[in-house]
Amino acid sequence: MTSRQESAPLYEALKKHMKNRVVRLDVPGHKGGRMNKELKAFLGEQCMACDVNSMKNLDNLCHPVSVIKEAESLAAEAFGADHAFFMVGGTTSAVQAMVFTACKAGDKIIMPRNVHRSAINALVVCGAVPVYIDPGTNKQLGIPMGMSVADVEKAVRENPDAKAILVNNPTYYGICSNIKEIVRIAHDHGMLALADEAHGTHLYFGEGLPCSAMAAGCDMAAVSIHKTGGSLTQSSLLLCRDTVSEGYVRQIINLTQTTSGSYLLMVSLDLARKNLAANGKELFAKSVAYSDYAREEINKIGGYYAFGRELENGDDFFAFDSTKLSVHTRAMGLAGVEVYDILRDDYDIQIEFGDIGNILAIVSAGDRELEIERFISSLSEIKRLYSKDPTGLFDHEYIDPLVEMSPQQAFYSEKKPMWINESAGQICGEFVMCYPPGIPILAPGERITKEIISYIDYCKEKGCLLTGTEDLEINYINVVV
Amino acid sequence: MDLWFTEKHTDDVDFTIKVRKQLYSGKSYYQEIDVFDTYEFGRVLVLDGFIMLTEKDEYIYHEMVTAVPMAVEPDIKKVLVIGAGDGGTVRELTRYEGIEKIDMVEIDEQVVKICKEYLPQTACRFDDPRVSLYFEDGLKFVRRKQNEYDLIIVDSTDPFGPGEGLFTKEFYGNCYKALTDRGILINQHESTYYDSYVDMVKRTHKRIGASFPVCMVYQAHIPTYPSGHWLFGFASKNLHPVYDLKADRWNALGIKTKYYNTELHKGCFALPNDVLEILSQD
Repeated sequence: MTSRQESAPLYEALKKHMKNRVVRLDVPGHKGGRMNKELKAFLGEQCMACDVNSMKNLDNLCHPVSVIKEAESLAAEAFGADHAFFMVGGTTSAVQAMVFTACKAGDKIIMPRNVHRSAINALVVCGAVPVYIDPGTNKQLGIPMGMSVADVEKAVRENPDAKAILVNNPTYYGICSNIKEIVRIAHDHGMLALADEAHGTHLYFGEGLPCSAMAAGCDMAAVSIHKTGGSLTQSSLLLCRDTVSEGYVRQIINLTQTTSGSYLLMVSLDLARKNLAANGKELFAKSVAYSDYAREEINKIGGYYAFGRELENGDDFFAFDSTKLSVHTRAMGLAGVEVYDILRDDYDIQIEFGDIGNILAIVSAGDRELEIERFISSLSEIKRLYSKDPTGLFDHEYIDPLVEMSPQQAFYSEKKPMWINESAGQICGEFVMCYPPGIPILAPGERITKEIISYIDYCKEKGCLLTGTEDLEINYINVVV
Repeated sequence: MDLWFTEKHTDDVDFTIKVRKQLYSGKSYYQEIDVFDTYEFGRVLVLDGFIMLTEKDEYIYHEMVTAVPMAVEPDIKKVLVIGAGDGGTVRELTRYEGIEKIDMVEIDEQVVKICKEYLPQTACRFDDPRVSLYFEDGLKFVRRKQNEYDLIIVDSTDPFGPGEGLFTKEFYGNCYKALTDRGILINQHESTYYDSYVDMVKRTHKRIGASFPVCMVYQAHIPTYPSGHWLFGFASKNLHPVYDLKADRWNALGIKTKYYNTELHKGCFALPNDVLEILSQD
């Protein structure tokens, strides 16, 4: 580690600021918590004292010139990027900034259909048109894979006017496409290569993990430091290379970003970056060791399948991120979401998500042996107590959509609500998804089919949290008139 | 010079004993380990600041976790002891000639090492040929066993330390699976006197009851534990701790005990109303 990475400019400035005992005649009005004593008692005095507004000695997120600028430059260095932007609106805001930077209304963007809702939301807002690449599907697990290089080449050939290719690196399940090759194809055709690395912070620091977006030569990447990098929830980084204008990207970010960026979030990014630069290698070696151990033990229980690198196929499952602990549960006769619910309700274990056939646990260096052993033992108990015949369970998470209209056009069309079970054949005017993982089952502009309706019914029956429609009960769906 | 050791029983209650000499102080991967020689209680083992045993009253605990199940099922052959690094439980078990195998799983090898050196009163029977020691996580060990033990004794620390995994629902379920049809599970069940442990006692009882058809609680008086009133759990697949008591057979073994007797056995399952009320709450 270079000595520069040992400093944390924003953290140091905040510490100094707190010693100065400056009279707070600005926002926030809680004034270090004095106005809201119960909140102060709950969150802690230090936390409230750090919750300050931008000011000269603490810089300004919208127009950084001093300590935030330095902290961002250190983050860029640590991640091998030319520029880094601190983001306080979640990785959603970073993904949207990438799309807005690459595309104007009517521009095409190539992306896998199993993107996070934030990417399609960006299309609704800016009017770009998606060219979807259907991800491969693993038949046994029923989950969407990455994009195959051949499919990307085909999409590029058919849409030479597309402005960018967006890649999930990795997917929620830990699956990576051949990102280096996809970047090469994009650049050969004058397109930008964008990466959604919401689940990829560790790729920049761990050893033996799949290639990170910046190392692969991507032009922009949205990196959720809060997910696996140790910063606070909602803090994120947008990384860029010099192939995009730093100033323009900042203008794009400022179109929608708050002017009151939280210093709690920003200082957490600064310290997370410092920690990752110093200790990232060991920290992620520990996550991999925990996950590898858990995979081995869970596979010994029988019935479950905790998958790993053995599924890598050099194509749409190009590389696996071994920090991810995904377990296939369908062979036990249980939907992933059922195991997810039992773990939480009966065993006090909260995992990241359960979908139709799988569960996903997020394992990090912040875990201890205890958590890992409890997870494994609980799965063993769930098998003993709940396993049943798997026939009749849905076997896939993903249905290829029929895209009839751009997301923006559909979302802003005249729409009418319709009883969802009678909506087959209509064009959907809104999103339907299970959250998490937040990958749309239907996005605006897609044709509703009987298969999709029965899939939605099944998700409801199994207890998935469905979101996206105007009707919170998901009984009615808005369709394009 | 006066040297005193204080354990916090609650934020507002201290328990203090005068120390003759500190014999050992160290930190293992899992916890802080201290051994004191005291005037009133003899040698005292302290983990993370909490008294685990004193030479003066350890017999009460160790007899109560062993004699109670042995008097209900004198034919117990294979025993699994989880925790119990001080050796007291193993010492008591080795007094039963009918027992053929005793597996002891202690997460912290350092505790056994220190007890062998400083607490020979309890750590004295580890070399019995029937005893095998495993230094690993009890939760992990028991998960791999099926229909193997007649008795499992969970001699754990508090639920807020390395013993946390031994108070979970999955652990009790794994124990059920590891036990034979006539198997018995005994566990250290904390105390309800001070509020801070009430929730844990309730939850533990409920979690054991979720796996075992017979799930009872019994009590003993242990002067150096918080409040002095201590609870244990007795769970089994079909044996009732009192109706199935084989007093004559146990008495015929001729094992001399200082605290336990078969009349006390019948009485210790009769609990005070306040404890009954806590155990019956959801």
